Amino acid sequence: MSDAKQLTAAQRADLRTVAAMIVPASDEYKVPGADDAAIQADMLATLGRDTALVAQALDHLADLAGKPLAELDDARRDAVAQEFRTGGGAAAATLVRVVLQCYYRDDRVLRSLGLELRAPFPKGHVLPEGDWSLLDPVRARGGTLRRAT
Amino acid sequence: MNDPVDVLIIGAGASGAAVAWSLADTKMHILCLDQGGWMNPAEYPSTERDWEAKFYGEWSSSPNVRRRPEDYPINDDNSPIKVVNFNAVGGSTVMYTAHWPRLHPSDFKVKTLDGVADDWPIDYDALTPFFEENDRMMGVSGLSGDPLSPLSHPPMPQQPLGLSGPLIGNAMNKLGWHWWPSDTTVATMDYEGRARCINLGHCTPACAQGAKASTDITYWPHAVRAGVELKTHCRVREILTNEHGMASGVVYYDKDGVEQFQPAEVVIIACNGVGTPRLLLNSVSGKFPNGLANSSGLVGKNLMFHPYAQIYGFVKEPTDSNRAPPTCLWSKEFYDTDLSRGFVRGYGIQFGRGAGPVFEAVASEQKGILPWGKDHHRVFRKLNGHRLAVSAICEDLPEEHNRVTLDPVLKDSHGIPAPKIDYTISANSRKMMDHGLARGREILEAAGATDICINDPIPWGGWHLLGTARMGTDPARSVVNEWGRSHDVKNLFIVDGSIFVTSGGVNPTSTIQALALYIADQMKQRLANLFD
Repeated sequence: MSDAKQLTAAQRADLRTVAAMIVPASDEYKVPGADDAAIQADMLATLGRDTALVAQALDHLADLAGKPLAELDDARRDAVAQEFRTGGGAAAATLVRVVLQCYYRDDRVLRSLGLELRAPFPKGHVLPEGDWSLLDPVRARGGTLRRAT
Repeated sequence: MNDPVDVLIIGAGASGAAVAWSLADTKMHILCLDQGGWMNPAEYPSTERDWEAKFYGEWSSSPNVRRRPEDYPINDDNSPIKVVNFNAVGGSTVMYTAHWPRLHPSDFKVKTLDGVADDWPIDYDALTPFFEENDRMMGVSGLSGDPLSPLSHPPMPQQPLGLSGPLIGNAMNKLGWHWWPSDTTVATMDYEGRARCINLGHCTPACAQGAKASTDITYWPHAVRAGVELKTHCRVREILTNEHGMASGVVYYDKDGVEQFQPAEVVIIACNGVGTPRLLLNSVSGKFPNGLANSSGLVGKNLMFHPYAQIYGFVKEPTDSNRAPPTCLWSKEFYDTDLSRGFVRGYGIQFGRGAGPVFEAVASEQKGILPWGKDHHRVFRKLNGHRLAVSAICEDLPEEHNRVTLDPVLKDSHGIPAPKIDYTISANSRKMMDHGLARGREILEAAGATDICINDPIPWGGWHLLGTARMGTDPARSVVNEWGRSHDVKNLFIVDGSIFVTSGGVNPTSTIQALALYIADQMKQRLANLFD
């Protein structure tokens, strides 16, 4: 297994490739892929306690591919990805989660989703009160608490 | 050696805070030790842009993932339900959904009504004034008049229905099933120094606004002002006893890791249904070779979670997603025993309003409904902000083989043996969960949901840690008596969820705290002859 402290250049290259396979760029939705340089930089900067598992996942991916992922043809790369995802266990799940948690906090992605670019606090959100007459049928049906004796 | 105290409380969470506050008016010297510290709301996840990612790391609900210095490891490999908790002043009330039902009156008479498990040695009426007192102290919002729930008088109005509430309400009305706004400890108006809820949404892992009640901001300020002393970052290793078989005090490690002895006249344990048996089993002596207060052999046994059977789907309409407290409604339609369903007892339902984008992406990818590749974006936009969830919170019955023991290898950072969990879901609970999932599917279909997924059980759903030092009148069949005092050690009390006899089908914190206040009241009434 790779050193837990940081990813090697080869691992970083495979991370970039597999990230793009998970979330590719889209002209239709005007969003970058998860291989975007800023998103990749976010991943590497915030790996923290996930580093060891992500490195383990990338080692597994490298074993399956036999060469840098980017050098495989599309069909072979898809087959490797499929095998990685189904048999990669907790390490593969961690890698995918790291990719997604960094992708879905990127400003360009959030903007495309119509979400605000901010932390929840301190502004919060406004919630509609709703129509409480929806409870009328419940009141009309009534019911009783089960007796304790 | 430290100066002796009159009362030593171990644990500053839900029950420890309540008992400390209640006993403060005796003017006794009361000291509470907690392995965690005071939390800083400015550092809570919702204050940062990476608020969702934190839930997978330092703000995970699992101590085994979180691994803060305050946490202790738990070997739960032999359980389909993993233990979750939080260790700090406030305990797991810092990290919970604030859903606030109570046990029903019938929950205290399970043997009498249904011929299973045991009746409690007390009834609902004994706790009624303490439920009310606790609701005032914690600050509860809700709507009185629920025809199928025990009468409560929440001091604040219920949460708004939002976008998700009407979708659920209409579905339940279509099916003719009960639903009602949940009682919650989310402040819907300014209350006792707490600011009202502004819908940060991500409120399970701590509320930066302070709208969600946790005992660090409810009970503790009152208790400390009343003279209770609270020492943080002090982890208790064991309770010692004297030649008379009475508790003499505790050995703990202080914030610098230095071993200390704290003598006390009375010891109260408030460490939850895993921490309490762990401490008792670690308190071995010549007189108590099987652990303290364990002449019945029941310390650690009868562990009850609430197996959560969760089903969720996605509707066309937008839901509240991460823009509201996660739960707002409950149903008691299937709460009471109906043997035609194929199981005894029942379950409550709590409805989920939705999830944030990171959680949605990660969960949906794991479930296989969010693909990799080109179609990812289209599918994600269909799912994100459209989730509705239905969770059946199933009553677990006590079974001795479900238990907490000491792990022979695993230890915490102080070298104290860690707890080990052995737990299986019973056949009765299994049938109940299947029933809940089937009804949940009907609810979601009535709401027009598609892409339905299940979590069966919710794996990291072991919030409710109950039954491992049960109360009762028979010393051979229980660990504490009907007012929380150990049968074996006359100055040792337990006030947390471990004293539950049965679990009911609701979140237990309201009942845990009412019990703690009840036990404190019983102690105060008996101060002259507390050890008789």
